[in-house]
Amino acid sequence: MGVGASTITDPGEAACRAPYETVNEWFGDEDLNRLNAKAVEAETIFRRTGITFNVYGEKAAAERLIPFDIIPRIIAAQEWNRLARGIEQRVRAINAFLHDIYHRQEILKAGRVPQHLIAQNVAFEPSMIGMSPPGNVYTHIVGTDIVRTGPNDFYVLEDNARTPSGVSYMLENRETMMQMFPELFSRNKVRSVSDYPRLLRRSLASVAPPGCDGKPTVGVLTPGIFNSAFFEHSFLADQMGVELVEGHDLRVMDGKVKMRTTKGYKTLDVIYRRIDDDYLDPLTFQPKSMLGVPGIMDVYRAGNITIANAPGTGIADDKAIYSYMPEIVEFYTGESAILKNVPTWRCSEADSLQYVLEHLSELVVKEVHGSGGYGMLVGPAASKKELTAFEAKLRAKPSNYIAQPTLALSTVPILTKKGLAPRHVDLRPFVLVSKDKIDIIPGGLTRVALKKGSLVVNSSQGGGTKDTWVLEE
Amino acid sequence: MLGKTANGLFWLFRNIERSENTARMLDTGLRIALTRSSGDEEEWVSVLATAGALRSFKESHSAVTGAAVIDFLLRDKTNSASVISVMQSARNNARTVRTALTREVWETVNEAWMELEAALKPAIKQRELPALLESIRQQSARIRGALHGTMLRNDMYNFCRLGTFIERADATARILDVKYYVLLPSVSYVGSSLDNVQWESILRSVSAHRSYRWAYDDDYQASTIADFLILNSRMPRSLAFCYNKITSNLGYLEGDYGARHPCHEHAEAILARLKGKDVEEIFDQGLHQFIQDFVRDNNRLGLLIDEAYRFNS
Repeated sequence: MGVGASTITDPGEAACRAPYETVNEWFGDEDLNRLNAKAVEAETIFRRTGITFNVYGEKAAAERLIPFDIIPRIIAAQEWNRLARGIEQRVRAINAFLHDIYHRQEILKAGRVPQHLIAQNVAFEPSMIGMSPPGNVYTHIVGTDIVRTGPNDFYVLEDNARTPSGVSYMLENRETMMQMFPELFSRNKVRSVSDYPRLLRRSLASVAPPGCDGKPTVGVLTPGIFNSAFFEHSFLADQMGVELVEGHDLRVMDGKVKMRTTKGYKTLDVIYRRIDDDYLDPLTFQPKSMLGVPGIMDVYRAGNITIANAPGTGIADDKAIYSYMPEIVEFYTGESAILKNVPTWRCSEADSLQYVLEHLSELVVKEVHGSGGYGMLVGPAASKKELTAFEAKLRAKPSNYIAQPTLALSTVPILTKKGLAPRHVDLRPFVLVSKDKIDIIPGGLTRVALKKGSLVVNSSQGGGTKDTWVLEE
Repeated sequence: MLGKTANGLFWLFRNIERSENTARMLDTGLRIALTRSSGDEEEWVSVLATAGALRSFKESHSAVTGAAVIDFLLRDKTNSASVISVMQSARNNARTVRTALTREVWETVNEAWMELEAALKPAIKQRELPALLESIRQQSARIRGALHGTMLRNDMYNFCRLGTFIERADATARILDVKYYVLLPSVSYVGSSLDNVQWESILRSVSAHRSYRWAYDDDYQASTIADFLILNSRMPRSLAFCYNKITSNLGYLEGDYGARHPCHEHAEAILARLKGKDVEEIFDQGLHQFIQDFVRDNNRLGLLIDEAYRFNS
């Protein structure tokens, strides 16, 4: 049973998309029952490996798997190359923007971004003013969320410049696919992603603080085993061969951050933190935080530890700032942005609010500081009651929201009990910023809305993942 | 290595060892209950006492019955010594120290947890109990096998082994602590069938009724059983065997780290009391006192190791 022409197409196209041809042939020769059995096998592998996440609000022991779809999402080489150039441009601009915002604020003086968006933004971190992190790298790890609407037509949804997650799924999805379908990899030339942990470690070591002499000691800071992404934290520490630390393993001594080892206290030079700014240092931020390290910000400012990503990077991926990204890219790179922004109405502006209220049932409305798909309205999928309720929220606090049109997203096939079926996807490529270069891992995490017609891909809202292939040229 | 990691490895293997020992105790209790027509309450009380759970059991139960004890020690989540609680702790330990475990060790722990969690969810029917107890022991054996087969013999391995043998020494000593009276030389009991049942149960609870014959080539006798469990350095669950392993693992740490701590002195002192000794001397000094001192000193060693290697502070 071959793939119906309608399943691997762009909107308005009839034939199977070129990069999928070999997989399409393979699928035609396969038995659907065997593939469905393989899908169950994949789940067993994930369970045994412990690739689970905790869902907040459910009882502590509740661990879930993110559903995995075995049909790979495939990106052609030239399409990827253009995408990668666009991402690199954007990430360079974000780092330049962050440096500017915490120093001379030229972009505000030039009137390209309004002053109040920075000054009154909770994501702006005053303790970072005048601070230059090693190599001027602010966002060591970025996960840019992207959607595709047609050939070479990509939009950036979010920049995720704080602590993007999901890279462990990218790596484990590939491992699982290679274990289950080796024949697919001998028929297709797929670019490898397995270098990520090595590149990450090198990238973190490249920004060791000036106070570090010798080989830098790197650690991953996790909130602990009850955090929803704990698997990823321990996976990355394991793959990089570095320590996985919690706040209570660390303390500030003699002007350095040190970790408690079986042989006494040992200096830590670079910390890849997977906890939010607010919890990093109870002396600077949330006084009640038990997750962080009291005094770490003083050590940071004195140049004796590197924190990745830097505190205060949230100002660059804030949803209100997002709408200015084309200007930001142009201001710092002198080029126009390669990747498009989704047109965005800022509800803080009266005209825009008016438009959004009139077209609510056609739009996606997001909270400015929200993440994970929570607090979001998908107009076309919402009931009348939901629309009315949301309208009230919107009128009560317009500055808390932005709105975007629903894009005509391209679909990719997933395996269902009855065969292939099209579903909407997004893509989160992972970017590593070092002192002297930017690495973009070919592919990334493809999240898929498993419900028919749904546009919400978040794992907390019933989304799944796929292995993502970038083909060799 | 982080102090927290050493702590996690140590407790991971204490917990795994504990689940196995509890399963073995229940197996013995069950066997005695099946071979006697009545009065098995006393045996179940011994089982609870050996598991260190007698007081907490009595707080929540009015009568000691086999079914209640089995449920309490296997699947009661309010009992921190139950197999389900201990395995939950073991898995949490393993998740915390995931970066210090080989994939095989992590996966055997995770699979053991998944399997036992599913098996212990429904109430246990008596006919399923033997297979369940067998499966608990098998999971522990698989984890031990993965450890032996795949882990580098470095400090991480040493902490795993220290946890295993401190827990095992504790379990064997507790069996002796609860059952010491059946090992005392007493004219009225000698050779009675009651003695034989009790003696066999002691040996079974350390899986040693077969190897006893290999080691001593004789009928069960109180003094040789005591010798076997306390002093015989070939018997893998004896106190002497455990302390040979403990001192050698502490010795590796001393060599690797170039540092000697109070735990080293303490462990060597305990070993010295088990070496070159005759079981008659222990009986002369008082078996019960000897065992109680041992349990206390063994616990103390755990605390000294915790301090020396900065498990918690």
